[in-house]
Parts: sequence; C-alpha cells; structure tokens
Amino acid sequence: MSAVLDHHGAHGHDHDHHDHGAPHGWRRWVFATNHKDIGTLYLLFAFTMLMIGGLLALFIRLELFQPGLQYFNPEQFNQFTTMHGLIMVFGAIMPAFVGFANWMIPLQIGASDMAFARMNNFSFWLMIPAAIMLVASFFMPGGAPAAGWTLYAPLTLQMGPSMDAGIFAMHILGASSIMGSINIIVTVLNMRAPGMTLMKMPLFAWTWLITAYLLIAVMPVLAGAITMTLTDRHFGTNFFNPAGGGDPIMYQHIFWFFGHPEVYIMILPAFGIISAIIPAFARKKLFGYTSMVYATSSIAILSFIVWAHHMYTTGMPVTGQLFFMYATMLIAVPTGVKIFNWVATMWKGSMTFETPMLWAVGFIFVFSMGGFTGLILSMAPVDQQLQDTYYVVAHFHYVLVAGSLFALFAGVYYWGPKWTGVMYSEFRGKLHFWGSLIFFNITFFPMHFLGLAGMPRRYADYPMQFADFNAIASVGALGFGLMQVYFFVFVVLPMMMGKGEKAPQKPWEGAEGLEWEVPSPAPFHTFENPPKLDVTATKVIG
Amino acid sequence: VNDLPGGPAVNQLDLHPPVTQIASDVQSLHYWLMVVCLIIFVLVFGVMFYSILKHRKSLGHKPANFHESVTVEILWTIVPFLIVTAMGFAATKTVVQQKDTSNADMTIKVTGYQWKWGYDYLKGEGEGIAFLSALDPTQRELSDAGKPQGDNYLLKVDNPLVVPVDKKIRIITTASDVIHAWMVPAFAVKQDAIPGFVRDTWFKAQKPGDYYGQCAELCGKEHAYMPIHVKVLSAEDYSKWVDAEKKKMAAKADDPNKVWTQEALVARGEKVYAANCAVCHKADGKGAGPIKALDASALVLDADKTKQLGVLLNGQNNGAMPAWKQLSDTEIAAVITYTKNSWSNKTGQVMQPSEVAAARK
Amino acid sequence: MSAVSNHGGTPYYFVPGPSRHPAMAALGLFFVILGAGQWINGAGWGAYSLAAGMIIWLATLYQWFGDAIRESEGGQYSDRIDVSFRWSMSWFIFSEVMFFAAFFGALYWARVHSVPMLGNIDHQLLWPDFKAIWPSAAAGATASPAGTVDAFSTMGPWPIPTINTALLLTSGVTLTIAHHALLADKRSKTIFWMWITVLLGVVFLGFQVYEYMHAYNDLNLKLTSGIYGSTFFMLTGFHGFHVFVGMLMLLFITLRLTKGHFNSKHHFGFEGAAWYWHFVDVVWLGLYLIVYWM
Ligand code: HEA
Ligand code: HEA
Ligand code: CUA
Ligand SMILES: [Cu+2]
Repeated sequence: MSAVLDHHGAHGHDHDHHDHGAPHGWRRWVFATNHKDIGTLYLLFAFTMLMIGGLLALFIRLELFQPGLQYFNPEQFNQFTTMHGLIMVFGAIMPAFVGFANWMIPLQIGASDMAFARMNNFSFWLMIPAAIMLVASFFMPGGAPAAGWTLYAPLTLQMGPSMDAGIFAMHILGASSIMGSINIIVTVLNMRAPGMTLMKMPLFAWTWLITAYLLIAVMPVLAGAITMTLTDRHFGTNFFNPAGGGDPIMYQHIFWFFGHPEVYIMILPAFGIISAIIPAFARKKLFGYTSMVYATSSIAILSFIVWAHHMYTTGMPVTGQLFFMYATMLIAVPTGVKIFNWVATMWKGSMTFETPMLWAVGFIFVFSMGGFTGLILSMAPVDQQLQDTYYVVAHFHYVLVAGSLFALFAGVYYWGPKWTGVMYSEFRGKLHFWGSLIFFNITFFPMHFLGLAGMPRRYADYPMQFADFNAIASVGALGFGLMQVYFFVFVVLPMMMGKGEKAPQKPWEGAEGLEWEVPSPAPFHTFENPPKLDVTATKVIG
Repeated sequence: VNDLPGGPAVNQLDLHPPVTQIASDVQSLHYWLMVVCLIIFVLVFGVMFYSILKHRKSLGHKPANFHESVTVEILWTIVPFLIVTAMGFAATKTVVQQKDTSNADMTIKVTGYQWKWGYDYLKGEGEGIAFLSALDPTQRELSDAGKPQGDNYLLKVDNPLVVPVDKKIRIITTASDVIHAWMVPAFAVKQDAIPGFVRDTWFKAQKPGDYYGQCAELCGKEHAYMPIHVKVLSAEDYSKWVDAEKKKMAAKADDPNKVWTQEALVARGEKVYAANCAVCHKADGKGAGPIKALDASALVLDADKTKQLGVLLNGQNNGAMPAWKQLSDTEIAAVITYTKNSWSNKTGQVMQPSEVAAARK
Repeated sequence: MSAVSNHGGTPYYFVPGPSRHPAMAALGLFFVILGAGQWINGAGWGAYSLAAGMIIWLATLYQWFGDAIRESEGGQYSDRIDVSFRWSMSWFIFSEVMFFAAFFGALYWARVHSVPMLGNIDHQLLWPDFKAIWPSAAAGATASPAGTVDAFSTMGPWPIPTINTALLLTSGVTLTIAHHALLADKRSKTIFWMWITVLLGVVFLGFQVYEYMHAYNDLNLKLTSGIYGSTFFMLTGFHGFHVFVGMLMLLFITLRLTKGHFNSKHHFGFEGAAWYWHFVDVVWLGLYLIVYWM
C-alpha cells in the first residue's frame, strides 16, 4: 500500500489519522470514521438490544407460563409486548444488518471505506439517544408505550408522555436508517474497485443495495405516520379522528405501506449472507446468480403492493381483499426461486458442515416453514380466522428469528474469523446451533396450534385450554435465551479477546471474494488504493 | 379443565369445528393449503436433505461445475406461479361469499367499548333490544389473583348475544373509543370495530349452542378481558327469549323524570360502578397507577356537580377516561351520586336523572 | 474504469480521519428529543433541553460543514467524491419526496375515501347530520361528522398562493441564471442572482406567514379545523419549512461564493442546493394544484 493518503491540506487540524494504525482509546470508537470500527459498534449495539428485547420476551413468556396474572398487570404486559417488538425490529435486527454492511460491503467490493465516513458514524451514534429514549420510556409516568409495535391510532392517543419519547426516538432511528442507506447506496454504486461490475458483485452487496432503496422509500413514510400521531396527540389535528373527518384506518394504511417493506428489509440482507455461505461450503459456485438478483428485486418491488394483507379484517371492499391476496401470494414465487437456487447450489457439491453452514441450512429449512405460514395467512378467508392470533406470532418469529437472526448468526461464524483473526470453537458453535434450533422450535411451533385454536395475541391472560402449549413455549423461550447468552460468553467474548486458534486469511476452503484477499483480522485500512481484480472479480491480482 | 363446547378445546390442534358454511369452507381451504404446502415442503427439502446426505466432502463427493440454467429457472418460476394462482382461485369464492352481507334476516349492531360489547338489535325479530355484554367480574378477580378456574375461564359474560339458528345475521361493527375486533372462531367471523366508522360481516349458524370468542384487536389494558358469547337458539326458543327480554326491558325502563332518593340512587349507583368503573378506579375508589382516585378527589367533592358530569359525558385525557354517554341518564345520575357519597366522600349531593338529561342537550 | 484522479495530492477517495462531530451532533439531538418529548407534555425544563440540544447540534453542524468545506477547498475531494455527493443528494431528495408522499397520501385518503364514507348511508347510523362534501366547509356541508369543528372557509388559490407560485417559479429562473453565470466564471453576476433568489425565498415565506394569519383571523381556518385543516396546514407547513431550509442552503452558498469558493468546474455545493430548491419548487406545484385548486 503506497502513501496515497499522504496529502497536505492547508488546514490546521491534526494529522494523526494519516498513520496507518488504528487510533487508540475511547476516541477510536466515539470519533470513529473507519467502517470496520463502526461495524463493530453496530454489532455490539445490536446484540445489547437483542438481550434487552429478549429479556422483555422472557417477561412475556413468564407471565404466559400459566393462565392467570402471576407477575405483571395487563398494562405492564402490553408495554413489554410493544417494546419487545420495537426493540427487536429497530434496535436488534436492523442495526445488526447495518453492522454487517459496514464491515463487509467495502471489503467485498474493494472499497477503502464507506462513501461518507463521518456520516456513517453519525448514523451509528444516533441509535444511542433513540435506544436510551426507548428504554427510558419504561420509567416515565404511565410507563412505556403499550399500543403494540404497530402503534395503531387511536390507542396511541391514549398513551402517556412516553409515547412522544417513542415517536421522537423513531424519528431519530429513521434519520439514522436513511443516512445509513444513502451511504450504502453510494458506496456500492460509486466505490467498487475497477472490474467489479454490478453483475459480478457479491450477492450480499446486492441484497443490501436493494434493501437500502427500500429503506429510503419507506422510512420517511413511517416518519410521516408517527408525525401525524404526534400532532393528533398534541396539536389538535384530526388525521385519525373520525369526529373531525379523519380515519384510524388511514394510519394502518400508511403504517403498513412502511411495515411490509420493513419485513423484507429485515430478510433481504439475510438472503445475501446465506448466498455467500452456501456456495462456500458446497465448494460450488452459486447457482443462478442472475436470477438471484432478479428475484431479490422482484421481492422488493412486490413488497410495495401487498401491505393491506395485514388489514383483511379491517373491512376492505372485496376487490381490495382479492387484489392484496393475489399480490401477496405472488411473493412466494421469487422467494421460491431463491430457495431452489440454494438447493441447486448444494446439489452435487462437496459439502462440509462447519457452523456457518449449519446455520445456513437451518435458515433455509425453518425460514421456509415461516414462509409457508405466511402464504397461508395471505389467503384472505383463512386470515380471517388467524389474524391477530398466535398463528401470526408463530409466522413472524419463524421468519424473523429463524430467518433474520439465524442468518445473522451464520454470518457471525462465517466472517467472525475475518473480523477478529480468531477461529471460534466448532464444538461450541455446533452446540449453539443445535440448542438454538431445538429450543426455537419448542418455543414457537406450539404457537401455531394456539393460533389455530383462536388464542388472540397481545393477551396477558388466556382461557385454561391454552395452558399446556403456552407452558411449553415458555420453557423453550428460556432455553433459547440461555443459548444466546452461551453464544455471547463462550463464542463472542473469546473471539473478541483474541482467545483461540489463529484464523488463516481464508479459513473456508470454498469461500470466494475479496474479503478473503486481506489478512485476518482485516487490517484497519484495506484497499486504500483500488485493487486490480481478475476477471471474476473475486481475486486481487495486483 | 375440559373442552369448552363452542369454545377452545384442551390442546386443540386445529381450527374450531365449523358451525357456518363459511367456517367449513375456510377449514377445507386451510386443509387443502396445508397439504399443498406440505407436499412442496417435502419435495424441496427431500432434495435438499438427499443432497446433504450424499454430496458431502467426507464421502469423497467432488463438486460439479454447473451453475446456471435458464430452463430450470423459468420452470421453477412458472410452476410455483401456477400453484399460487390455483390457490388464489380456490380462495376467491369464499372471499366473495364472506363479504356478501346482503339479504340478511336480522341486523345487529355491535359496539366495542373499553372493555365490553354493546349489542343493538336493529332489524328483524327482536328489534329494539339493546344491552351491554361484559366479562363476568368474578373472572377478572380470579385472573388478578392468579387463580384461574373453570372451563369457561375468561369467556363467561353477563349477557350473551342471543340469535336464532339458520338465519342470516348481519353484524354491523363500530366502536366508541379505540379499535376492537369482534371474533367468533366457530363462525369464522372476525371484524374490526372501528370508532366513527361502521363495518359489517355476517354469519348463519347451523347448530344451536353456545359459541365463544374474544376481542382480537389490542384495545388497551383490559384487551384480554372482553369476551364474546353467542347463544344460538332454535326459532321458538329465540321468540321466547325475545318476549322475555321485551318484558324485562319494559320493567327496567327508568322514567327519566322520576325523582329518586339518595339511598335509592346510591344503591343503584353501586351496581353501575361495579359493572363499569371498578375495573380501573377499583372497588375502593382509590384508582391505581395513572388512574385517578375518586376517593377524596377534588372533582368528585366539588360543589358544582356539572364538573363531574362533564367528565362522565365527554371523557378526559384523550379518552384515557372514556366518555360514558352510552349509560342511561338514570345510571349516570346514580353512579355520580354513589361516588359523591361513598368511601370518605360524604358530600350529601344528589344528582337526578333529569339533570343528566338536561346536560346531554 | 477511467483515469484515477490522483494528481496534485488529491487522494483517490478521501476518507476523513476521526471526528468528534458525529457523536456531538447525536448528543445534541438527544437533548432535542428529550426536551421536545417532555415539553409537549408540560414539563417546563423540556424547553431548555430542547434549546440546548439545538445549539449543540447547530454548532456541531457548523463545524462539521466547516471541515468539509476546508477539505473541499483544500483539494481533497476527487471527482469520484463529487459523484458520491451527487448520488447522495439525489437519494436524500427522494427520501424527502416519500415524506411528502405520506401527507399527500393522507389528503388523498381523506378526500377520496374517508370523508365520503363518513357521509354515506351506512354511516348515518353514527353521524346522522353529517353532509360530506369536500372541502368539508362547502355550501351544504358540515365541517365535521361530530360537529366539533367550527365552521370555517377554505383557502383558495387566489391571490397569495398564486403570487407565491410566481415567486417560486421566478426563483427557479434566477437560480438558473446564477448557475449559468457560475459556469461562465462570472462571479459577481452569480452572486447578484443568488441574492435575488434568496430574497424571493424570503418573500415567499413572508407571504406564507401572512396567509396563515389570514386563515386564522379571517377564515377561522385552523390546524384544528377537522381533516381539512390538518392536511392543509401540515402539507403547506412542512413545505414552508423546506423552503426555509432551502433558502438557508442558498444563503450559505451565496456567502461562500462571496468568499471565493466554487468555480466553473467544482461547485457541487451550489448544485446540491439548487437541486433541493427545485425539489421544493415541484412540491409547491403539487400543493398549488392539489391543495388550493382541486
Ligand atoms: C422477515 C420478516 C418476514 C418475512 C420474510 C415475511 C414473509 C411473508 N409474510 Fe409475513 N409477517 C411478518 C414478517 C415477515 N413476513 C411480521 C413481523 C408480521 C406481523 C406484523 C404484526 O402484525 O405485528 C407478518 C404478518 C404477515 C401477514 C398478516 C397476518 C395477520 O396479521 O393477519 C401476512 C398475510 O398475508 C403475511 C404473509 C407473508 C408472506 C406471504 C410472506 C412471503 O414472503 C413468504 C414467502 C416464502 C415462502 C412461500 C416459502 C419458500 C418458498 C418456496 C419453497 C417456493 C414454493 C412455494 C409455493 C409455490 C407455495 N405476513
Ligand atoms: C425482530 C425480531 C424478534 C425477535 C428476535 C424476537 C424474539 C422473541 N420473541 Fe418476539 N416479537 C417480535 C419480534 C421478535 N421477537 C415482534 C415484532 C412482536 C410483535 C409485538 C407486538 O405485538 O406489538 C413480537 C411478539 C412476541 C410475542 C407475542 C406477545 C404478545 O402478543 O403479547 C411473544 C410471545 O411469546 C414473543 C416471544 C419471543 C421470544 C421468546 C423470543 C426469543 O427469540 C428471545 C430470545 C431471548 C433472548 C435472546 C434473551 C436472552 C437473555 C437472557 C436469558 C437474560 C440475560 C439478560 C441480560 C444479559 C441483560 N414475541
Ligand atoms: Cu377490545 Cu381488545
Ligand atoms: Cu406483510
């Protein structure tokens, strides 16, 4: 690496950063402009929020362990549900994927950093005030918001001051996401190393590019919806108040116009991670690269015209029901293409099953179950029975936990050695996987039955007939949670402290891509000068 | 516990046994979908697990080199497309039927309140009957105490909705405060009740019996405590019920101009309080958390009776304290008199129904 | 890929070193949301927190942009960075479009869907006296279903909104003149037309303030005037706020021009502000047609 960065500006501030080493102390993190450091910050933040959100989930499961109110009152219960949903979605899953994007996109496309390094850090540090406000809302008069993560009007109008704190926190999170997305789009479009054409780009970068577009398109819409909630609450507007000509259902339309693309925001980058791992451990090129790109784009485009499948029971006209039903079911087609391509990649490969591969295969299997229940929900008449029951809760935990979260774990095992320079212990990784897989199913599989039998969601107490399945689910939840604590203590911590076998530059025989062209751990600065790539854009040749 | 006929069964694995045509359609649709999904699931993952078992490095399998095929891609786009199209067609008929609320024999308006249901028989036999239906208060206490019991735990209501068998009942839903949802699984009916708007749905029960459901849209803290109980009667039994109900109503109808004594109002008010207010303000009037105490409340003790009346009629704090307009003049007068003369409150003030009627104007 | 601009010490892609601005800006925003959330719930100290947060935030932005300007003027920004700025500004503006889309969507829904529905035969069950004719203040209509909204008159397109349309359109032209002048390296001409553009923006805002006063005092049209008032003031209000921000951008660009920044080759700051201004312009045309005329 030559000293291209050795420029001399006329300005007077310090030039420490031109050293090629990392800055030291707390400043390194708080003032960070390095994509890898910011990626690490995101990942740690997301894990913390996963723990907080998980703790709330455990409170929920504790209360639901048996019928009757044992530990909490219904208000507290609703607060737990609401904050669990908000924290998991906006605090854990989304930032975790942004962390991956920060770490991997510049490495994968041969860029020196993210396009706007300072703005990148701003995106991260905005998460902190938002997270503080969200968690602090539990201690405000009247407690945390309790209107569900969907924040439906007019229930939100009855909430206490914490609702406003929540709304402002969401505004900030939205701003953070928009800036983060702009950063990713610009990085991908403008900073690829020469030779890295769009159609040679790793799929993770592709899925994130598309995700970033989704984010830019829908986060402002959410901001609009909650701004209307805010003015309805405090400034006398009537957006959601029928007495003044408004409509509570209008909130739902605006929210789900955001909300449905949002769920794909949480799954598309996961598809990208899986698309990197399967070929690596099958030792075979990804099957149908081009169709993967098209499928991802189709999912993203379709996601804008299906939102009202969350609203079948609000009483839409029959044409509306039919339109949204057909459109929703269509999404199964491109998603199916992805699944088939992965299976075809494995077909006649030479597979090994290190931990990342286990998670990836687990992902495909269990995510598909969630996809199929989604398809069943998309049938308007059937959804009439299942809407707002535990069937929906089962569906979205299958796609979010066994989907997004499993893919995140897969990615941590796959790229963790590159980040830390240390191999995790295969035994521990496998234990984490099998434990999580089993406890996950113990927790969420019974919820399908509860939902079919008509147990409504967001209930602090339930009829006695539902008791057994709830008890099973609660036991599973505790087990699943403990597996994640195990993961942190016995996998993540040792890697972060550098304990363990030293990772080679490319730990996975079949892995391809520029990230494996730099040493492990990846040095502070990489690709400061654009690398020269071979024709496949997977190797640096000069 | 045992199964509750018309309600959930112990460890029930499937949808409720259908009692309407729509519900059976939905059930067979669901079976059919499950079967299709299961077949696809088994096929896809059969292939995947076969590959996982056979194409391993440890078995010495060498990686093949193929990595794309337009034919295959088109094939596995078209085939799923055809499958979902077939699924969509299968569901369409049911969607259309489900939404067709025309030619009903009876119309009943269902109003969601925080946290009870109001039923108004608008058209058909029984027209004019109206009552509120709430969770039986002892159930709520059992829940609070963490000591649930009974097969109909949390499903027992004071006044079930009564309808005749084999008649098309059109249900109009609306709400007075926030969104609720009126759900009866055995009928495959779930319809949001939206404040300020009306929506409708329908059912035609094929078998007399008791059917249970619960509120299915988060509506605040007592969301889990507003069950639905529909009693389906034979035509004769239904007529008898209507007669009895009409008589009861005539007897109960309070003359709004009647002048009551304080004792009578307090006695009546205690019942109204227990049925409506005690959930939040508690039996001892002390409130809880953000819920204001009525005991020793300045507003309740105020000499100007219209202040408290205003709160009851219009609600307060954005509806955190809902408006209670749906109560009768007598009930409001009684409950105000009760709160003004209970616990440590000893104002001696009396509110007469006529005063409420005047304030409503 | 084409030539890497590596001459004259300009890095291939400038990556700034550690900076305290992002964290400081986030801290400022923390006090902003903390204060705002408390203030609207009646806690007096919230206003101080809000103000302090705004000061921290604005001061940080000032320094931050100062750094960026120094880097830019110091020749650190290669053409590639220029392209990055272009992409980023475009997508930022797109996100703003989507923000407005939410409010236009609300207006659409209310007019086409909820208000007519509230007045239909089914809804007479709930609102027997409501006559739904948009705008809900037209002859024969009642202002709101529940009768809770006082009668008001709506805001027509004449004269202020039309004047404002003319102002904004003119400002687009003057801005373009300035741009051409800059491309021809005619600095004082650029600055002159920039001042005119800024001035047009200020006059627009003045008229809007006047229009709001007219609405409140003469038409009894308020934020609380049912769904009409809600959508009217939120749409025009957010637009006005964007005009204000755009006007500030142009102002700072003008000040930078007077300091000798920008030249005919290198002036993305100028163009970014101009794009933003045109975006604000287009939104206004939408408002003018949909809110005032239709
Ligand atoms: C990661 C998040 C994620 C993902 C990926 C999905 C994916 C899908 N979801 Fe889900 N969904 C949520 C998160 C997600 N969902 C959440 C959070 C909620 C609840 C929100 C709330 O109310 O709080 C929800 C709720 C929800 C509802 C509303 C339920 C209700 O409230 O009544 C519906 C209804 O249509 C639905 C449908 C679908 C469908 C059709 C898909 C499809 O994309 C699935 C496609 C995948 C497959 C079908 C499997 C693989 C395909 C094949 C193997 C091909 C062959 C298959 C066929 C030909 C059938 N979802
Ligand atoms: C986005 C991702 C996501 C994730 C990962 C999860 C994870 C989990 N969720 Fe999820 N959940 C949602 C998103 C998610 N959820 C959403 C959007 C809703 C809807 C909310 C609404 O209705 O508004 C919901 C609702 C929801 C409900 C329904 C509540 C209701 O309707 O009332 C339930 C009930 O069981 C539940 C359970 C769980 C469990 C057991 C987990 C487990 O996977 C959690 C695992 C646990 C841990 C990871 C914690 C480990 C920690 C410890 C063991 C303690 C150690 C503590 C410290 C170190 C501090 N969730
Ligand atoms: Cu009423 Cu939930
Ligand atoms: Cu959806």
